[in-house]
Amino acid sequence: MEHIVIIGNGIAGVTAARHIRKLSDKKITIVSAESDYFFSRTALMYVYMGHMKFEHTQPYENWFWEKNRIYLINAYVSKVDHVNKTLNLGDNKKLAYDTLIIATGSKPNKFGWPGQDLKGVQGLYSKQDLDEMEVIAPNNQVCKRAVIVGGGLIGIEMAEMLRSRNIPVTFLVREDSFWNGVLPDGESQMINEHIKAHHIDLRLGAELGEILAGENGRARAITIKGNGEEIACDLVGLTAGVTPNIDFLKNSGIEIDRGVKVNRYLETNIKDIYAIGDCAQQHEAIGNRRPIEAVWYTGRMMGEALAQTVCGNRIAYNPGHWFNSAKFLDIEYQTYGWVFSTEGKKNYERHFHWRHATENLCITIAFHKDSKQFLGINTFGIRMRHEIFDRWLTEERHTDYVIEYLKDANFDPELYSKYEGKIVSKYNVEFGTNIYPKKKSWKRIFNSA
Amino acid sequence: MKTIKYSGLVVFLIGLGIFTILPLIGAYRLDQSNFDDIVKDKDFNSELFVEEINNNVVGKEFNGMMGLSAEVKKSLNQANAQHRENKEYDKVIYTSGKDMAALLGKASGTGFIAQNKGVMWFLTFGLGIIGALLFILPNVILLGKAGIKNDGIYHQNSTNRGWIAWAVFVFLVSFYLVLYFAPQFAVNWTYLVDPISESLSGNPAGHWFVYGFMYCTVMTVMAVRMYIKYRHNVYQMVRTTSVLFFQIVFAFLIPEIMVRLQMPYYDFKNIFPLDYDFFFSWNLNELMSSGGIGLFILVWGIALTLVAVPVMVYFFGKRWYCSWVCGCGGLAETLGDPYRQHSDKSLFAWKVERWLIHGVLVFAVVMTVMTLYSFFSESGTVMGIKTQSVQNVYSLAIGSIFAGVIGTGFYPIFGNRVWCRFGCPLAAYLGFVQRFKSRFRITTNGGQCISCGNCSTYCEQGIDVRAYAQKGENIVRSSCVGCGICSAVCPRGVLKLENGPEEGRINPTEILLGNDVNLMDLVNRK
Ligand SMILES: Cc1cc2nc3c(=O)[nH]c(=O)nc-3n(C[C@H](O)[C@H](O)[C@H](O)COP(=O)(O)OP(=O)(O)OC[C@H]3O[C@@H](n4cnc5c(N)ncnc54)[C@H](O)[C@@H]3O)c2cc1C
Ligand code: SF4
Ligand code: SF4
Repeated sequence: MEHIVIIGNGIAGVTAARHIRKLSDKKITIVSAESDYFFSRTALMYVYMGHMKFEHTQPYENWFWEKNRIYLINAYVSKVDHVNKTLNLGDNKKLAYDTLIIATGSKPNKFGWPGQDLKGVQGLYSKQDLDEMEVIAPNNQVCKRAVIVGGGLIGIEMAEMLRSRNIPVTFLVREDSFWNGVLPDGESQMINEHIKAHHIDLRLGAELGEILAGENGRARAITIKGNGEEIACDLVGLTAGVTPNIDFLKNSGIEIDRGVKVNRYLETNIKDIYAIGDCAQQHEAIGNRRPIEAVWYTGRMMGEALAQTVCGNRIAYNPGHWFNSAKFLDIEYQTYGWVFSTEGKKNYERHFHWRHATENLCITIAFHKDSKQFLGINTFGIRMRHEIFDRWLTEERHTDYVIEYLKDANFDPELYSKYEGKIVSKYNVEFGTNIYPKKKSWKRIFNSA
Repeated sequence: MKTIKYSGLVVFLIGLGIFTILPLIGAYRLDQSNFDDIVKDKDFNSELFVEEINNNVVGKEFNGMMGLSAEVKKSLNQANAQHRENKEYDKVIYTSGKDMAALLGKASGTGFIAQNKGVMWFLTFGLGIIGALLFILPNVILLGKAGIKNDGIYHQNSTNRGWIAWAVFVFLVSFYLVLYFAPQFAVNWTYLVDPISESLSGNPAGHWFVYGFMYCTVMTVMAVRMYIKYRHNVYQMVRTTSVLFFQIVFAFLIPEIMVRLQMPYYDFKNIFPLDYDFFFSWNLNELMSSGGIGLFILVWGIALTLVAVPVMVYFFGKRWYCSWVCGCGGLAETLGDPYRQHSDKSLFAWKVERWLIHGVLVFAVVMTVMTLYSFFSESGTVMGIKTQSVQNVYSLAIGSIFAGVIGTGFYPIFGNRVWCRFGCPLAAYLGFVQRFKSRFRITTNGGQCISCGNCSTYCEQGIDVRAYAQKGENIVRSSCVGCGICSAVCPRGVLKLENGPEEGRINPTEILLGNDVNLMDLVNRK
């Protein structure tokens, strides 16, 4: 029987395994070094914050794997020998495979900062990182201040985590506004304000100089590049992005760049070896996507697609419309389609922006300047319906249409205040239209479902 | 702020402490005249019992209920034993020893407690309410900006099954044991609320009145906590107000006022089979002898079960009752909210749940069929089984132990909906309708779930919400009470409770929205 071995029990590897099991009777083994069972990395913050226990981050009960005949091995793969089709698992143990799926995820970036390997300097990626954080920053007595380096999604999560234990946080962001490489200025500005309102010492346009060592090889302070300001701290969080975790593949013959190079079928240069999830790098980016897509959803989608290929129905990884979500402290964010930042905007792209006068709510709609075709939406503090926007993107709707039927897309809990009226009036003023928002209709919402 | 909070805790604990020792202290002396009144009122046939009480109890000073209760029980047992021996069955008194002790005890209180009801009310309920509010209100500031407030739940002893949780467990269980099985020890508590009871129904308070009053008080105070904790969430605010309203007005005030107006005591929102004794013969007899209002209640009660349940559940899901109206649900959503994360999410627990809750439903229905058969055929037995015994078993095992002692007492350990999830026969019935014929569902927002598990962790009904959400599948489960917390805690805006068209409500998916449309078509079509 064909033996499929998957390295990495993250969302990508596990999704592939589940779907292969549904489609076939092949022998499936997952080798992973971080934890015995699959857990949701995205939930690590909630464990530190006391919302959940670690076991709550595991989406499947422990019996699930055996019942579905998915064999789990907790080991680190140090080498892939594709000629003999075996893996080295350390201690001279070897594992033979017929088909290999590499789904080893990412690791936090380190840019060669002086002191980056001191104790008390860490990223937030793995369960071990979480455990380490619990040791370094159990409370604000032991950790009197933390400095976080890198203004992305994980950085802000780490800041929120530390604040939940009342640890003072300094947040160094290289850009002059939070995440403005992705978010349009208005939104980025709102998040800046929100971060400060949470008593986080946000330093915009500030870069890390070096990390200074104290006793016992522990970090005691950092300096800011340029002005040399020293900030004493007990924890330094490095959250300046992630890179594929593929060092063990160097010189294996598998083609790698930053990630494992794959074609649209997620095949590497070697027959019977595939790569999915954070560690896979497309030869050519798909549409507006990046060649390496390090998000949860794409890992899952690659797993879904690859399972077909491995089970004989060769199918390309062909993701639909882009979507994503995050939460910035108290503000939920969702995006559907493409809305680029003010700087990164395409030359055909125009934005309509609405922000509530007092609440932390705003939306940005991107559209084509000539045709006014709807290209995407960012929404903060207002939940929106994925299905509806996916459909409107497929139907290439005019922005006037989207505005008119915006109520269909609202996904906020029942009884919440609605803002479509305000949004539509601002739109009317800005574009000289005379749109009246249509009442929400179940018929429209479900018509193509 | 923290100082206010912790002084509030101290005040609360003092109030609670005094309340807790009340059952064990107090002076009792049964005056001759009081006893004579009781004898006249109750019309005991047993002169032996009256004589025993006259000799052993009347005029004597008892310190604490223990002694008095023992004497009363002894007298009652002796008298009954004598009558049985003499085959004077008409003289046997069927009131139980504990109830008799409660009855006589209530008329005997003499000391400080019985004479200073107002002061004692303040020292118990008053301090409890003030202390609790002082403890809760600073959260407006301490909790910071509006938003999800679950920080530290699994770090705190009280909400992570630590010793405080176990202490609360012991307290709650003991409280329910006293209430159901040793009401004579609740006599001192009844004094505290006599003035309130008298102003409502005109009668002095019994232990059930204490319970009702306390229930409303606890719910109100803990509702304040809910308002602060969920102040960013309108659904939670409105729902909390609704359960509070129904508890105070329908379960507490209206029945008491009806008694004052010589009408039957009736809670207009308590639906059979939760209201399991609705069809018991004593209730039917009382209703039928109460004229127009009795008849109205009879029709109303039947209509609730046969019409309101299916119609309302069809349009709104079982939440209209379980988390907007019901008193059990109301307590669970207020007092129980800090414990919601303890419901077991395993598949095993789900199996146990289905056996138990449907077992109770079958039990309730069988009992009621027997009851009605007995009522109309005027025979006490059905196929050789005594209806009365079946009723007694149900009242004890389900009505008292399951719904009360376990249902509420186990909050801090097994979560706040133990009864609603595993035991309530009405919930089982509402659940059937919700599962098979309803517009209600929790919609999953396409492919947005990140499998974080917040929803499952905070589902009080032990539903593994994530298992559905991460497959892009709507949640249609008979046990969901529509509390809306899963939707509130989801950090990605994945879940929405809504009433929509039945078609497409249940949507099993394998490939989630956002992936290749052809692949979705290929896999999801089958
Ligand atoms: C804190 C945090 C929050 C996030 N939040 C979001 C979010 O909100 N939304 C979102 O879309 N994305 C989020 N992400 C990103 C998302 O979690 C990742 O994109 C996703 O987990 C990647 O999944 P994967 O299966 O590719 O790899 P991983 O989940 O990284 O799994 C790879 C596994 O393989 C193991 N492994 C690696 N090398 C070896 C080896 N040689 N031998 C054995 N085992 C090995 C690793 O230890 C790891 O357990 C977040 C990430 C983090 C760290
Ligand atoms: S599924 Fe959601 S709404 Fe239903 S009971 Fe659980 S938490 Fe409440
Ligand atoms: S809380 Fe939301 S994102 Fe997290 S598992 Fe549940 S549905 Fe998914």
